[in-house]
Amino acid sequence: MEKRVTFRGWLLPVLLLAPQVAVTLVFFFWPAGQAVWQSLFIPDPFGLSAQFVGLGNFEFLLKDPYYRASFVTTAIFSSLVTLISMVPALWLAVLADRLIKGSGTYRSLLIWPYAVAPAVAGVLWLFMFNTRVGVIAWYLGLLGYDWNHVLNGTEAMGLVVVASSWGRISYNFLFFLAGLQAIPRSVIEAAAIDGARFWKRFWTIVFPLLSPTTFFLLVVNVVYAFFETFGVIHTITGGGPQQATTTLVYKVFADGFVGQDLGSSAAQSVILLVVVGILTVIQFRWIERRVHY
Amino acid sequence: MAGMVEKRGLGLWLTHLGLILGVAVIAFPIWLAFIASTVSQPEIVRPPMPLLPGDRFLENYRDALYSGVNVPVARMLFNSFVMAMGIALGKIAISLLSAFAIVYFRFPGRLVFFWLIFLTLMLPVEVRIVPTYEVAARFGMLNSYPGLIFPLIASATATFLFRQFFLTVPDELAEAARVDGARPMRFFVDILLPMSRTNIAALFVILFIYGWNQYLWPLLITTEPEMNTIVMGIKQMFPAGDDVADWPVIMATSILAMLPPVLVVMFMQKLFVRGLVESEK
Repeated sequence: MEKRVTFRGWLLPVLLLAPQVAVTLVFFFWPAGQAVWQSLFIPDPFGLSAQFVGLGNFEFLLKDPYYRASFVTTAIFSSLVTLISMVPALWLAVLADRLIKGSGTYRSLLIWPYAVAPAVAGVLWLFMFNTRVGVIAWYLGLLGYDWNHVLNGTEAMGLVVVASSWGRISYNFLFFLAGLQAIPRSVIEAAAIDGARFWKRFWTIVFPLLSPTTFFLLVVNVVYAFFETFGVIHTITGGGPQQATTTLVYKVFADGFVGQDLGSSAAQSVILLVVVGILTVIQFRWIERRVHY
Repeated sequence: MAGMVEKRGLGLWLTHLGLILGVAVIAFPIWLAFIASTVSQPEIVRPPMPLLPGDRFLENYRDALYSGVNVPVARMLFNSFVMAMGIALGKIAISLLSAFAIVYFRFPGRLVFFWLIFLTLMLPVEVRIVPTYEVAARFGMLNSYPGLIFPLIASATATFLFRQFFLTVPDELAEAARVDGARPMRFFVDILLPMSRTNIAALFVILFIYGWNQYLWPLLITTEPEMNTIVMGIKQMFPAGDDVADWPVIMATSILAMLPPVLVVMFMQKLFVRGLVESEK
């Protein structure tokens, strides 16, 4: 879409674009270029010189069992976060949608955890499951279950998944409720007159009509799990135990800043760039489809 | 016919019960954090901790705000406020200008600029951690407000949002402005900006929360406790090794860290929902 009426001149628009373009070039494209460049080298331990290794860093990474493991970790983590943040949200949205009055009140009561930073959510959940003082860990102990996410990788994964999903339920609830309320009542009432019970109506009418919302949420939640959960992992587990919760993004940070392995960290950045590229294309493909709806 | 599929009687009560249960489960972690911020350290380290508020609310929050652990929390709150405002206003300002240029002018290279901005969507800070840090360090931006703000203020999303909106503004308005001999910036300030008020406000709510909740970038760029933001500073309050954390102060800090964005969501709910839906389109 284009404007029919425009102003003349080229200097003014270029000046208007300058701040955005400057920030973009300096803090986005230059670093991204640096990442690509650095991924082709291995710097010496003192950072004085670097040896060109071509695709050596990538070759090494793809053979590295720890890097492969972090791919698997990221896949498991993202699927679980997506599932656990969407299913309860859908359930709550379906309940709220059944009310004639009061769904607005529940919406107000349910949406504010969205505003809690992932890192703060991490601290809250860490506090509940802390092996020494955590209330839930203590009650689990009372039931005979010895909770210790510091040593047990599965428990650590469970904890970061739940802490990452928690605030996200609000977000998904909001979109599911909006999606449900957009479905024409008459369609559902017609099915009810035909004698379809609630669950039958849900699976044959409501859920299919909700699928654009569901698909949209699927994509944005995967993006969230990939890129915005660093704070949760950093506060709760620090990637451990034995890298059980080291996702791809966490590993770029751990290898680049803590381990000072710059060549490898840069190569990992480049691989992540490709992943983001694919996710962005999926997101835009879908938006195109929704526009034509 | 109305109400045919809505619940009445027992079903209605079960629906309410389910929702109340959901609210309770979701609110529980925050309730617990609040309790912990009102009791004393011994009450926490001898589990189980109480589930109702204690009497040390004022002491704990005063301790946190004025002494903290590494740095007074009041200082971290101030840093967070500067960063969140800087990011939100900065993103809005440069995006408004860019969208105006792209929509209302025809000039060589317009599409190149458009794609340049668009591609930043594919470059979140998480994937360019080390090199972005190096660039900021080279500009001497470590431990500074510009360092916290500038690397995060490019915004493809905000630019597209304003572009979409400008495209819906009737052409007659620009036509009239041109006939009147108004300069482009006059049109921008007198007509476009006032018309964009609601969009700006909705976007501000979302971007303020985004800026306030940043974690990874402040963690990299602030090494001095005086420059820590509250969201990344909480983790720094935990002792290294086996020492016991000062839980009441840490939990008071957590409550303080979530308060501003939560208040923004609660009191500007309409704008928030609008901003969320618009910025995801």
